[in-house]
Amino acid sequence: MTPARKKRLALILLMVVGVAVGVGFALKSLDENIMFFFTPTEVMAGKAPKNKLFRMGGMVVDGSVSRPGDGLTVQFDLTDNEKQVTVRYAGILPDLFREGQGIIANGKLDDKGDFIAQEVLAKHDENYMPPELAGMHKSEDAQAEDPY
Amino acid sequence: MFLWFHKLGSPPHFYRIAGKWIPWLSWIFLALLLAGLYGGLILAPPDYQQGESYRIIFVHVPSAWMSLFIYVVMAFCGIVIIVWRMKLAEVVLISSAPIGASFTFLALVTGSLWGKPMWGTYWVWDARLTSELILLFLYLGVIGLHNAIEDKRVAARAVAILALVGVVNIPIIHYSVEWWHSLHQGASLSKFDKPSMPPSMYVPILIMALAFQVYYVLALFHKCRVELLQRERNSKWVGEL
Amino acid sequence: MAEFFQMGGYAAFVWPSYALTMLVLWLNWYLPRKQHEKELRLLKRRRKAEKQ
Repeated sequence: MTPARKKRLALILLMVVGVAVGVGFALKSLDENIMFFFTPTEVMAGKAPKNKLFRMGGMVVDGSVSRPGDGLTVQFDLTDNEKQVTVRYAGILPDLFREGQGIIANGKLDDKGDFIAQEVLAKHDENYMPPELAGMHKSEDAQAEDPY
Repeated sequence: MFLWFHKLGSPPHFYRIAGKWIPWLSWIFLALLLAGLYGGLILAPPDYQQGESYRIIFVHVPSAWMSLFIYVVMAFCGIVIIVWRMKLAEVVLISSAPIGASFTFLALVTGSLWGKPMWGTYWVWDARLTSELILLFLYLGVIGLHNAIEDKRVAARAVAILALVGVVNIPIIHYSVEWWHSLHQGASLSKFDKPSMPPSMYVPILIMALAFQVYYVLALFHKCRVELLQRERNSKWVGEL
Repeated sequence: MAEFFQMGGYAAFVWPSYALTMLVLWLNWYLPRKQHEKELRLLKRRRKAEKQ
C-alpha cells in the first residue's frame, strides 16, 4: 500500500472510532430514556420516575389475573421473580396477554403503590414452537417437578 | 486474486459479467423464493402462542438481516472509495442504497404489522425499533446526498464518509435488545447458540434469507448496469455496445 | 383452503406483509430493467444522429 493510501485508511479508522466513542457517550447519558421499562424490583426501590408516566415490565403472576368490580378493569400482579407490583388496567389487552407471559405496562403509581396502567403491551420472547410441542414441554416440566 | 479483482473492477468487464449472471440469478432467486414461501406459509406449523400471525417473520427477519448486511457492504465500499478511489466501488455503493432502504422499510412495516396484534401496538420508541428507523434515515441520507452533488466522483466521496460514519449504528441495532430492556425480543437464531425454534420454522427463514441474498446481488447488478451506462456515456466501450 | 387465507384471524396482518414485500422486491427489479432499456435506446438514437 502506498503511504498516501495508508494515511487515508488511518484517517477512516480514526473517524469511525471517534464517532463510535461519541455515540457511546451520548447513549450512556441518555441511558434512562432509552431504557424502555423498569422492573418491579427497580420500581419498589424507588428508581422509577415519580409523578410521571413510565413503563414497567415483568411476568404476569400465575393465578393473579382477576376482574374486580365492574368487570372492565383487569387486575394482576407483575413480577421479575424477586418483587411484585399490582397492576390495574381498564382497556383492551393484546392477544399475547396471559398468565406467565412477559408484559410491559405504561402508567403511574398511585398512593398505595399500585401501578395504574394506561396501556398494556405483551412482550414476546425468542421461543417459537408448534402447539403440539408446547403441550409436550409442559408435561415434561410437570414430570420434572413431580418425580413420583 | 488481486488481478481478478482488478479486472472485475473495470466498468466494461463488470457490465458484461453482470449481464451474463443476471438470468441465472433470476432463476435461482425465484426457486429459493418459492421454496421459502411454501415452507413458511404451508409446511411450517403455527406457533403455540402467536398462532398464524408469526408467519410474518418469514419476510420480516430476512429483510431485517439484509438491511444490516447491505449497509455493511456500503461501508466496505466506502473504505475502498476513500483509500483506492475505485470507480466500481462507487457504483456498488450508490446502487446498494435504494435496495438497502427497501429492506429496511420492509423490516419496519412488516414488524409493525406483527406488533399490532401481538404486542398491542404498531410502534413503540424502543431501542431496537428506533435504531432501525435511524438506519432507514441513513440510507435515505446516502441517496439524498448523492443526488445533491452534481459531480459524481465528489458525490461518491461524500457518500462514502456518510456510509462509514453511519456504520456505528449497525452494532447498536444488533445489540439493542441486549443492552437495554426493550420490547423487541432477542434473537431466535444465532451462530453460536441452539436456535429457540424447531427446524420446520427456522429452515424456511434461512431459505428466505438466502433468497433475499441472491435477490440483492440480482437487483444490484441491474442497478449497477444502469449506473455504469449513465456514467460512462461518452466512453469508448459504451459506444461499442 | 379458506382457512389458509384466513390465517387464523390474522389475515389482515399476514397478507399485507407478504404483498408489500413482493411489491417492493418487484419494483427494485423492474425499474432498473426499464431504465436500462431506456438508456440503450438513447444510445442508439445518439449513434444514429452522429452518423448523419
